[in-house]
Amino acid sequence: MVKDNNNIDSTVLKSIVDQLKDLPGALLPILHAIQSEAGYIPDDSVPIIATALNLSRAEVHGVISFYHDFKTVPTGAHRVQICRAEACQSMGSRQLEAHAKRALAVEFGDTTADGRITLEAVYCLGNCACSPSVRIDDSIHGRVDQSGFDQLIADIEGGEG
Amino acid sequence: MTVFYIPQDTTALALGADKVAEALLDAGSQRNQSIELVRNGSRGLFWLEPLLEVDTDRGRIAFGPVSAQDIACILDSLSTDPSSHPLYLGVVDDIPYLASQQRLTFARAGRGDPLSLENYIGLNGYQGLHNALQITDQQIVDQVRESGLRGRGGAAFPAGIKWQTVLDSPSDQKYIVCNADEGDSGTFADRLLMEADPYQLIEGITIAGLAVGATQGYIYLRSEYPLAHSLLNKAIAKARRAGYLGADIQGSGKTFNLEVRLGAGAYICGEETALLESLEGKRGVVRAKPPLPAVEGLFGKPTVVNNVLTLAAVCTVLEQGAEAYKDFGTGNSRGTLAIQLAGNIKRGGLIELAFGTTLREVVEDYGQGTYSGRPIRAIQVGGPLGAFMPESQWDTPLDYEAFTAVEAMLGHGGIVVFDDTVDMSEQAQFSMQFCAIESCGKCTPCRIGAVRGVEVIERIVANQDRDNNIILLRDLCDTMEYGSLCAMGGMTAYPVRSALDHFAEDFQRSGPDKAGDN
Ligand SMILES: Cc1cc2nc3c(=O)[nH]c(=O)nc-3n(C[C@H](O)[C@H](O)[C@H](O)COP(=O)(O)O)c2cc1C
Ligand code: SF4
Repeated sequence: MVKDNNNIDSTVLKSIVDQLKDLPGALLPILHAIQSEAGYIPDDSVPIIATALNLSRAEVHGVISFYHDFKTVPTGAHRVQICRAEACQSMGSRQLEAHAKRALAVEFGDTTADGRITLEAVYCLGNCACSPSVRIDDSIHGRVDQSGFDQLIADIEGGEG
Repeated sequence: MTVFYIPQDTTALALGADKVAEALLDAGSQRNQSIELVRNGSRGLFWLEPLLEVDTDRGRIAFGPVSAQDIACILDSLSTDPSSHPLYLGVVDDIPYLASQQRLTFARAGRGDPLSLENYIGLNGYQGLHNALQITDQQIVDQVRESGLRGRGGAAFPAGIKWQTVLDSPSDQKYIVCNADEGDSGTFADRLLMEADPYQLIEGITIAGLAVGATQGYIYLRSEYPLAHSLLNKAIAKARRAGYLGADIQGSGKTFNLEVRLGAGAYICGEETALLESLEGKRGVVRAKPPLPAVEGLFGKPTVVNNVLTLAAVCTVLEQGAEAYKDFGTGNSRGTLAIQLAGNIKRGGLIELAFGTTLREVVEDYGQGTYSGRPIRAIQVGGPLGAFMPESQWDTPLDYEAFTAVEAMLGHGGIVVFDDTVDMSEQAQFSMQFCAIESCGKCTPCRIGAVRGVEVIERIVANQDRDNNIILLRDLCDTMEYGSLCAMGGMTAYPVRSALDHFAEDFQRSGPDKAGDN
């Protein structure tokens, strides 16, 4: 199940860029595609993108660094996001956030020592009537209390043996 | 064969809808019972999710909130007396929370498979487009203007006027951009619509294209909505195959293409000019206006930027007529508002009503108070840039002008309820922190002011020269309000000031007392 999340072949990279470079406003679609393939935006992709889109490397860097989604270093096999926005705060997300950091022994933005999980803050998942909300990869969970969080983490670990 | 419905909707799934569906299919095969399971959209009655509906001879009945363990018992009750089951809710359309709403935009939500074009057309879908194809572009714009429809994304600008500007701007290329960035906490109406009734959005965008002469549309969707992303892409592909998108739409000779583009986790990209920059592949930095996007928008071309709900409402206007739409509402707020009841609330969900209901009616009658069972203390309406409202303001009617009059904002219609354990100094500090995190960085009052705001509140709470620091904080709010280019910096002042004005006692606690207070 675990794909090798943190590596990308330069031919794959070039073919992603080639496929998308003619779209109007191609840069975000390209960055999303690279990140979903590699798990982050590797440094070596920047010159390739810059050449294909006729931009400077600085411009490409500028865009990558502007958006919270784009990572420039390898991340864990799974992404766990805890909503920090107001609706979740009203239902105890501050406590959940503290619990999650303790349980995983990381701060927001960091990856657990075993490389399995990257913990992130997120501002709203659109599940605000059933807060607090947590996103794990592409699935969203509602009414997550501390024991619910522990269960979700155990399921990730269990799911992969 | 019995037909069952279990939503595929982010909230329903977040509460275990897939497990319920699995249990239902398992039980069906164990019992040798033939079951057809439709994965519908959600009705938006989120406090009842996962909601299980069943077609019966007494109508479509519902049970909720259902968990996998309830399935056997529910199936048993169906062959005897469903109403004896504790989760029985009666006929769906008669559930008071739903029956008392005035659903126009969300009339179809939850009725069927969101990707079934037949279902959509069977429920009056594409009637608006059909009508639009019979009249001129100017007549479409006239209808939208006469309906009184105002933008639902927050700024409430009249849609018809914006469309007229784009129609009147000659260009070889024009664009429709749908703002599906829905960043405000406490809002989920755009998401619900995209997940439950995606064709309505596609139809509305297509009508906008016909109205102003645009042939290309983009839906700028936030990356936090993976389910909406996949449903929209599938719906667009189906609509194209059925001749509702692409060249020669329904034999009219008109062309319109539509594509979804993903945001990348930046709140400011909900602001329309930052959104356009982002679509162009740049940093999401706010543009100075003028030029208006209607004149020089995406790639410098005339562009309609509208919220998801604005574009969806256009379908109702074109289907039922401007007058029928305008009949709903009050004053200059015409039509219906998608109220999103969220946060610490017992019965949260989507409530579509004509403008004019009071905040108290929504929170007390629909919401039934807090989820925690404690008293409500503060209500934040309109997202992170909206004011915190104390009880003395809860009788304000939900209407743009009435909210402005009390220095609050209706915005996108999100309502976040807090109980009496909330510490409003923490909330004020979060407002500043959020602005600091999400600022696009273009202007100093916002970029630096928000960071200073966090620090000043820190000192107030720690009782360091409190009185002077409160004066400083108010000054800072004024500087941000008057010196910022856009509402991100400009309106962060509102939640902060409202916390200071209405919940002053929360800024008076110092460290040690505060701990004992919860
Ligand atoms: C900081 C900020 C964030 C915004 N976020 C959104 C958003 O998420 N969705 C939206 O439709 N409008 C948002 N807006 C409003 C848009 O700038 C714009 O007014 C809207 O897209 C116009 O469409 P409408 O007239 O249909 O509302 C935001 C504005 C600001 C200042
Ligand atoms: S107010 Fe803030 S978000 Fe808006 S333009 Fe200025 S720096 Fe950017």
